[in-house]
Amino acid sequence: MNIVSMQETTISPELAKKFSRNLIERLIEFGLLCSAAFAVLITTAIVYVLVSEAIPFFQHVSLYDFFTDTVWTPNYSIKHYGILALVSGTLTTTFIALFVAIPLGTITAIYLSEFASHKVRETIKPVLELLIGVPTVVFGYFALMMVTPLLQKIYPDLTTFNMLGPGIVMGIMIVPYIASVAEDSMRAVPMAMREGAYAMGATRFQTAIRVITPAAISGIVAAYILAISRAVGETMIVAIAAGQQPNFTFNPVESAATITSYIVSVALGDLEHGGIGYQSIFAAGLTLLLMTLSFNIVGHMARKKFAERY
Amino acid sequence: MEIKKSKKTAVDVNAIRKLIKKHKKNDLAFAALGMFVIASLTITLIILFLDLVLDGYPKFTLDFFSNFPSRRAARAGILSAWVGSSLVLLVTFFVAVPLGIAAGIYLEEYAKKNWVSDIIEINVSNLAGVPSIIYGLLALGLFVYSFGLGQSILTAGLTLALLMLPIVIVSTREAIRAIPIHIREAAYAVGATKWQVVLHHVVQYSYGGILTGVIIGMARAIGETAPVITIGALTFIAFLPPSPVSVDPPFLNFEWLSSGFTVLPIQMFNWISRPQHAFHINAAATGAVIIILTALMNGFAIKLRYNVRKKIKW
Repeated sequence: MNIVSMQETTISPELAKKFSRNLIERLIEFGLLCSAAFAVLITTAIVYVLVSEAIPFFQHVSLYDFFTDTVWTPNYSIKHYGILALVSGTLTTTFIALFVAIPLGTITAIYLSEFASHKVRETIKPVLELLIGVPTVVFGYFALMMVTPLLQKIYPDLTTFNMLGPGIVMGIMIVPYIASVAEDSMRAVPMAMREGAYAMGATRFQTAIRVITPAAISGIVAAYILAISRAVGETMIVAIAAGQQPNFTFNPVESAATITSYIVSVALGDLEHGGIGYQSIFAAGLTLLLMTLSFNIVGHMARKKFAERY
Repeated sequence: MEIKKSKKTAVDVNAIRKLIKKHKKNDLAFAALGMFVIASLTITLIILFLDLVLDGYPKFTLDFFSNFPSRRAARAGILSAWVGSSLVLLVTFFVAVPLGIAAGIYLEEYAKKNWVSDIIEINVSNLAGVPSIIYGLLALGLFVYSFGLGQSILTAGLTLALLMLPIVIVSTREAIRAIPIHIREAAYAVGATKWQVVLHHVVQYSYGGILTGVIIGMARAIGETAPVITIGALTFIAFLPPSPVSVDPPFLNFEWLSSGFTVLPIQMFNWISRPQHAFHINAAATGAVIIILTALMNGFAIKLRYNVRKKIKW
């Protein structure tokens, strides 16, 4: 009897406490879930805003014209909306940037991972991270004020605004991204694989090229894809140094607008809310989003396909 | 027969020696190439940064920080820009940090392996890859027009918070993942609830790693230009937003949230776009200020992470 009553007095407040305790736990878990679900909300909002503003645009401009016309003149009396004029600028600057960044970034990654001493690596890695943090508007200044004048000394016909200077600067900007991601994936290759190669008499270079690179290829491909996404979405460097005149050309010495720099140039002017100029930047943005999204998907698939299990 | 065989091996040895020599040469050549690439990149960037600082050097006076922008380059300063940047970052901080940490904790500690978690995970990694200007378009359509927040500090702060969110989430998760399971088990064993385990142990021990991500995210938000331009931020601002703190009760006011503003990178972009050389000097000085700020923040974050990794031994 005594024992039972004791149990009752101790258990029932415990139980009561347990209920509130559980409730609070549940509420907190729900709150945390909502925060995490916010990421889904942002993605939905991005797609919703871009699509809902682009739909009225495509009621004015047919999809066929949008993708086949090579003239983009939303501000002239005869309006043309051919996205190819912007895509050409985007692809040209991206190509120049990759032409610079992929070899330099890959060499840096292999060197840091396989050749450099521990001390050198520990010094260079933080520097790479610092470089990743440099704001792009500063790189834009470099392109316009320093690199283009330098290029003009070699090639005097170069105009002040061109795609070559910003493309090269963008490449230099991207090198640390590629080097950092690719190096991480090379470091992740187990030591046993290196030791196996060395035991067979392979040199460092042979090990790096024939063993480590194939083993880490999925990470290296991921680094390249990241670089492409960065270059395609890069805004300030091209907005500052490539000129903002849409121009269907793949010639790097000409000036041209990219998708991103067109959005900036419209945003800097007077935005007439709901006008076709306003809607056109959302159509351009949607194109940009689809481009980066498809690169990311290709990257994801490549990573899955090349992923080596060890 | 015997002799023939030994002769053959002798030839082979020479060939092998040649081969080894060749490969060693390749080895050396690549090491040299790697060093050359890294050295030339570093030197190029150092030259560019030095040039920027030297170009802007004449403007490093107190007046530059206490003057409004002006039509006369010599008198123009970055007062409204740095005040605007600070206020925008304040909003960004208070939105992105709690949300990001909460989301990171959920994904690492609470999420069950089901389709909801999968969708959230895919979204977070996708958001990190969305170009920043797309966030600008989202803010323009949603915050500026649908919500009617206008081209205000609040809009800019929220926009940059969205950009910063994936960075905070990823760093929170990495920091939490490093905590071994037995820490949690010990807490559960003495009767802690899940939230108590998270709050009293998981968050405490992952503090340094989370802070690293927050600082890196803030440094990125300072330099981010494209999304802020896209929401239509004005570039010529010769006034300050109302002060967030006042001497009279209730001491805090939130009028500044709806004020027009400019930020450092937009001020720099504005000055680069002008044809006069005098403004380019202002742009260089502003660029130097931005670089020094972000480098200090990132440097601190990298050092912090290094210390955290070194200090904690489970």
